[in-house]
Amino acid sequence: MPNNSDYKGYKGQALETLQKFNALVWSDVEISTADGDFKGLILPRSETADEFHIVLKIPVGYNIGIAAKRIQSINILGRKEAHYKIPEKEFPYDPKKPRVKLLGTGGTIASRLDYRTGAVIPAFSPGELYGSVPELADYCNLETEKLYGEFSENIGPKHWKGVAEAIGKEIEKGVQGIVIGHGTDIMHHTAAALSFMVQNPPVPIVMVGSQRSSDRPSSDAALNLIHSVKTASESDIAEVMVCMFGPTSDMYALLHRGTRVRKMHSSYRSTFRTIGDIPIATVSREKITPIRNDYKRRRKDKDVIINPVFEEKVSIVYYYPNMQPDIIDSLVDNGYRGIVIAGTGLGHVNKPMYPALKRAKEKNVAVYMTVQTLWGYVQMYVYDTGRDMMELGVIPAANMLPEVAYVKLGWALGQTDDPEKVKEIMLTPIAGEITEREPSNGYLIYQGGLPEVEDFIRQFRK
Amino acid sequence: MKEFIFKPFGEMTEADYQTVGFKSGLEIHQQLLTDKKLFCRCPAGIYSDNYDAEILRHMRPTLSELGVYDGTALMEFKTKKEIIYRINRNTVCTYEMDDTPPFLINEDALDIALGIGMLYNCKLVDELHIARKQYLDGSIPTGFQRTAIYAVDGWIPYKDRKVKIVQMSIEEDSCREVADYNHNRIYLTDRLGMPLIETVTGPDMRTPQEVAEVGWICAKLVRSTHKVRRGIGAARQDVNVSVEGGTRVEIKGVPKIGMIPLLTHNEAMRQWNLLRLREELKRRGITPETFKAKDFDITSLIKKPHYIPLKNAVESKLKIRCVVLKGFKDLLRWQTQTDTYFSKEISDRVRVIACLTTIPNIIHSDSRTDTITSSDWLKVKKHVEATDNDTLIIVWANDDDIQTAVNEIIIRSKEATIGIPSETRQALSDGTNGFERILPGADRMYPDTDLPPKKIAEDRIDKIKSGLPEQFWKRKAWYKELKIPPDTIDELSISKYAELFKKAVSEWKINPVTAAVILVQYPKRLSKSSYVIDSINEEMMLSILKAYADGKLTYDFILTAMKISTELGMFVEEIIPEPISENDLEKEILFAEQQMAKLKFIKDKNAGSIIMGILMNKLRGRISAKDIAQKLNLPQRSLKNAK
Repeated sequence: MPNNSDYKGYKGQALETLQKFNALVWSDVEISTADGDFKGLILPRSETADEFHIVLKIPVGYNIGIAAKRIQSINILGRKEAHYKIPEKEFPYDPKKPRVKLLGTGGTIASRLDYRTGAVIPAFSPGELYGSVPELADYCNLETEKLYGEFSENIGPKHWKGVAEAIGKEIEKGVQGIVIGHGTDIMHHTAAALSFMVQNPPVPIVMVGSQRSSDRPSSDAALNLIHSVKTASESDIAEVMVCMFGPTSDMYALLHRGTRVRKMHSSYRSTFRTIGDIPIATVSREKITPIRNDYKRRRKDKDVIINPVFEEKVSIVYYYPNMQPDIIDSLVDNGYRGIVIAGTGLGHVNKPMYPALKRAKEKNVAVYMTVQTLWGYVQMYVYDTGRDMMELGVIPAANMLPEVAYVKLGWALGQTDDPEKVKEIMLTPIAGEITEREPSNGYLIYQGGLPEVEDFIRQFRK
Repeated sequence: MKEFIFKPFGEMTEADYQTVGFKSGLEIHQQLLTDKKLFCRCPAGIYSDNYDAEILRHMRPTLSELGVYDGTALMEFKTKKEIIYRINRNTVCTYEMDDTPPFLINEDALDIALGIGMLYNCKLVDELHIARKQYLDGSIPTGFQRTAIYAVDGWIPYKDRKVKIVQMSIEEDSCREVADYNHNRIYLTDRLGMPLIETVTGPDMRTPQEVAEVGWICAKLVRSTHKVRRGIGAARQDVNVSVEGGTRVEIKGVPKIGMIPLLTHNEAMRQWNLLRLREELKRRGITPETFKAKDFDITSLIKKPHYIPLKNAVESKLKIRCVVLKGFKDLLRWQTQTDTYFSKEISDRVRVIACLTTIPNIIHSDSRTDTITSSDWLKVKKHVEATDNDTLIIVWANDDDIQTAVNEIIIRSKEATIGIPSETRQALSDGTNGFERILPGADRMYPDTDLPPKKIAEDRIDKIKSGLPEQFWKRKAWYKELKIPPDTIDELSISKYAELFKKAVSEWKINPVTAAVILVQYPKRLSKSSYVIDSINEEMMLSILKAYADGKLTYDFILTAMKISTELGMFVEEIIPEPISENDLEKEILFAEQQMAKLKFIKDKNAGSIIMGILMNKLRGRISAKDIAQKLNLPQRSLKNAK
């Protein structure tokens, strides 16, 4: 007796129709309707789609939906289940090449079709990766470990700690570089978390993802993987970095410092940008070109400090005009121990918030100020508002990005309850999250339409 | 295999095509007339060679939904092209650049497509599933075309039979290729993303002429909606051709239906001759099992060639290799198409797959033209231990491409023992065709996970149906009954005034021939006398015909009324002259008769038409010619001359 899983995704009228004719998913069938016959393969249906249609893959490869109510009979000719599997090839071993570990957390870097949602789900192994991106073997001996299979948005502190610990183990084992496959949406949060939880790493730790899933011919996944593996294998930069497309063209990637990077476009390939500073280097298939010199160098030792702690009762509040103080109050009442505010301008909120901020301080809740302009420093002395707020215990977090401040505050509160100690941790730069100075080319958003900008775009493939 | 030697185009009879088992079907791509593109809100139909930026991409093959790699995809990957897209801000947004997910489908385009599907007597699907059809040649930056089948299983009448319409899909148009050389391919992106439909007929056509005729029927059918684009590139046909014992081969992107007969003839000839080549190979004992080819590096052997291509190769320090095809002697000179030989099949593959785009890219020992000296050939022959029965092919390329080139030479030569490879071939201007890529199969389809399935509601279908033109072949049958002149029938049947014609004839009882002439011929006549006829629209023609039907407008004044209306931009009854009174008419006749009297040498039998001419010139629009003739007691014959 077939059960519902044999009718993957179908429900209601469509399910009843299939059941009536015993037509399981993957049946090769002939369907008769009043208007004529259709031949094809019954496919699973996305759970989010309606209950009135049956999906048929017709012999030319296209899919069509047939209304269940029109179906008069289904003649089953056979069965042909799809096995969506990237051809696996054993990753070749070359004793002359460095040993690199790829830790998987999910995301579109390696993915395949999921009929449940009709979207793509992650899939990955060294063999699969070698099968689809054989170039990886030019750089290293690759080992992989799938830590999680999560979409970016489902990643959180639990995973950050897990990845940090896994990195510690790999460094102990003596790998020469680590690549972390990650969904792109909150890759910069994870990059910040790892920058704090993994200190003084002796080898490159490279985070990578893709903006176009690897089931597309034009995917950036393969090239991103190649760039990240090259960086992990060959670069002398021993920091936590994000390695993603520089331009949208298939040309080179940028290596961003884990605490200064941010996803800046919902869909562009070149979505990651270093904010308030310049990236560490560019990397292409051929070479790694540092564009600054102050990065931490690769070492032979294994002296890494893994500090995987995190207080989850921390929040980030994006200030908007007419924000009511009860927003802060409710966080305090719900036991939050830290709040990062993304304030306007140099770091401001409106006056009605003051009593709530005062109350937060009294309840020993750490409140830090960042700027929603993303670029620039918090400067709370310039206006009275700022001074007032500092009186109320709001601490300016210099030019830490709001998300980075959030991650760091969670990490700091994970270590201590003492407000002074938290403050010391927060304001002492560990991995470039606060910089002493902003170089003049740290803020570059060229305005399209200007003749000189257009000239530039015309000249360089972006 | 039947004994038959292909005759030149024009000498082949229907029976000859039957002998070779000619079979052909069409895949017609037709752009739809919408303001915007299919999956984004960029304007459609604006072409420009100017560009503001360039983007570079590579394509990698991916698995199909059923977990298989497509053969074409792998072939395209072998070519390793650097693909450059030229971007013009006015016509392209981040969607076409594949940096933004698709927006929901353009509903106007879908309406037009569904309507055309109904005209083709197709069954519409209940739910539209958008698929990704892989194209690794780079013609679409995503590496796939978003496409969906929306109608299946239709037909059109042809001769005394029905030609099957297998399926219709709505899809986004691809880029325009600018250049393709070595490992570079350049595309313009303005056309990219424009909505088009693809109509696939059954392989039901039996002669090259039939293919073109069916093509015309399809063209007329879609034009009758007046919702499709016209002009160069707006409609492109892919033609599938096979002969008995052959394979389906697709000739891609034929811009004009008129080219189809010669192209399909040549392709049938190519296939027939390739099958004969296989017979010849078999006769020589060469089969897929016994086929033997070897290759040798002869870079150091060819020292100072005079033959320019090789001289350049030596100077550029390219690698030179020689492939020996055992027992192939003279077969590279085996004719495939008009003035085209088997060597071209090999050269094409090397050009496309190994990216050796500078022609000649191979030379061979069957060639009668001067290449390397005969002593050099001897040297090579000795080195590769070839016999007199063998054919030698020499190819030159850099380290990266040489192996691909050698492999392709061997692959294509071996395919000759198997038959006709399934290929997509490009139409050439001389009516022959060249290799473009391996024919893709069902394995290149993948569901588009970015867009949900779309239900086609019944009320939507009903609404579209109510606005559809009548199928033009039905109109034609009626026009024939009405005795409309044959030169007008075709045009009227797809004219935007066809529905107005129906009304004029059925409701207002206007003489059908008169109505047809007014609606089809008059606008053309105006256009010839350099009137700008763009302002002529259905509303204007309707009011003119109605005024005529109501007796407000005389027949002789219609053309004049159209001229004035064209200038005014609309028809108003004020432009109709006052009818002449009986009294004034008498005066005018008297005046005309006086003028007649002054004229000399009038033959009596012409007098009637001359006086009619004088009167009509003056009174056109105020009274009909028929009434004047009656008044003058003239026979109808003179009336005709007076016009």
